[in-house]
Amino acid sequence: MKEIVVISGKGGTGKTSFTASLAVLAGNEAIVADCDVDEADMHLLMQPVVQKTENFYSGVIAEIDQFICSNGGTCVEVCRFDAIHEIDEQHTVTKLDCEGCGYCARVCPNHAIKMVEQNVGDWYISKTKVNNILVHAKLGIGAENSGKLVAKVKNEAKILAEESHKDFVIVDGSPGIGCPVVSSLSGANFVVLVTEPSVSGFHDLKRVYELVKKFKIKAGCIINKSDINQEVTEEIIQFLKSESIDHIANIPYDENFTKAMTYGQTIVEYDKGELKDLVVNSWQKIKELV
Amino acid sequence: MKVAIASGKGGTGKTTLSTNLAAFLAETQQIVLADLDVEEPNSGLFIKADLQSEEVRYKMIPEWEEESCTLCGKCQEVCNFHAVIRLGDQILVFPELCHSCYACSELCPCSSLPMTKIRMGMTHQYKKENLTFIESRLDIGQEQAVPLISQTKTSIDEGFGSDVIKICDSPPGTSCPVIEATKDVDFVILVTEPTPFGLHDLKLAVETVKELGKDFGVVINRYGIGNDDVIKYCNENNIPIMAKIPNDRKIAELYSKGKLIYTELPEVKQELQKIKEHILNIYNELNK
Repeated sequence: MKEIVVISGKGGTGKTSFTASLAVLAGNEAIVADCDVDEADMHLLMQPVVQKTENFYSGVIAEIDQFICSNGGTCVEVCRFDAIHEIDEQHTVTKLDCEGCGYCARVCPNHAIKMVEQNVGDWYISKTKVNNILVHAKLGIGAENSGKLVAKVKNEAKILAEESHKDFVIVDGSPGIGCPVVSSLSGANFVVLVTEPSVSGFHDLKRVYELVKKFKIKAGCIINKSDINQEVTEEIIQFLKSESIDHIANIPYDENFTKAMTYGQTIVEYDKGELKDLVVNSWQKIKELV
Repeated sequence: MKVAIASGKGGTGKTTLSTNLAAFLAETQQIVLADLDVEEPNSGLFIKADLQSEEVRYKMIPEWEEESCTLCGKCQEVCNFHAVIRLGDQILVFPELCHSCYACSELCPCSSLPMTKIRMGMTHQYKKENLTFIESRLDIGQEQAVPLISQTKTSIDEGFGSDVIKICDSPPGTSCPVIEATKDVDFVILVTEPTPFGLHDLKLAVETVKELGKDFGVVINRYGIGNDDVIKYCNENNIPIMAKIPNDRKIAELYSKGKLIYTELPEVKQELQKIKEHILNIYNELNK
């Protein structure tokens, strides 16, 4: 079983549209995981029917028992996150500011503070329109620990893939270079970088690839909207060569991607021509590279 | 006055709007533009200004002092993030897991874990005429964006009064980095695109700003592609649509070269003017 993770650094390069296309093409060969838990969009193209839902508890937040609290203020003194304030003569925790370190609870002389586990989101196992399994999640608003939810979604997908002897786990990663991306990358066998030839797309590609290098994972690259700026496309191709990243394909700017999305379809279902062939060939190439 | 430009979904045009709006507003007044998307800061690719200052940013982590340590294990017990562990006769600190809460350091009975600073990124400040541009950049391999965003905001608040309009290019998503970037602003502009992904992520972003109790409006980018569902949603929920930036391949091309678009496309400038009026109304209310 091989794990393929699709990431982009920059948002909006077409990562999810491309990943969903791979998921449709792979069909029963793969288990699919949407690890962009902050902004999970893949279900919009895969029309999953949820078979199992589970709450995800992670991290703790301070709660003050007002009956026991004597308003001594030790908690305020030790909190480095400015999360506890005296409001109307009651010490109150601002949930969004609390990091869950528990320092306040440990030093409260009256033991008035409890650290309470947080339900930060839900995760699901679903059957998609092409009858493969999608593991996905919804993170609560402002929740911490999205990295941990990413790890959960990915592990569940891996377990399912091993149990049912699938060849691949296809993972839609998140944007950026922080904890959710680090979580998406750990344990991957191959990374697909989806970029676009804009100064920012290229800039973010270089940054996220620095991270991929730290994990020593083999990578390939899709240049989406490649005809928007030939010059930058050439620069990206040179960069790929110098870093020994496989250049999988150039995909032209085409509003059919958006049209497909408005019908809840992937490009390989909506388009019957060149775009579809490009993506189909990309998937073949990725399978060979992996 | 602080305005956050946020989006939920990545790639909807946050940076395009932040940079163009800041440059446009700076034609007539003093403006601070802050790139708080510290994981992937891009505004600097579009703003050409002169470097004024640079500063290395640090976070605080505990450092083990072997001589005084009795290996009692209190540090491991009090760390909720598993960033300090006792392994045999050693105490190990994992800086990327540390949230700088100071609990291990201050609760250590032997004071064997003094806090020390460790680099997490850099802040650069640039200036051109009325526009001050501040960019913070997280070092690669650092996982936590929040402390860097928080420090950057503090230095902006200290450097510029509330009479200056500050525009904050925020990170995508709905989790901790975007909360940190937007929790103390006066107004949030949510940038979206009229597609199913755009609408889905806009709804999450709206939930987030409502949770934060912020006043907000929507700017639709790439207007003309996709469908009308975003407009319907905004109308049904009484969310003001502040402007519609047209879908135009020319914009994508200018953007790809790192150029501002409003100087070349009058129809974009017209939309920025609408946003400007909206912002100035709020500004006048706040500074009454």
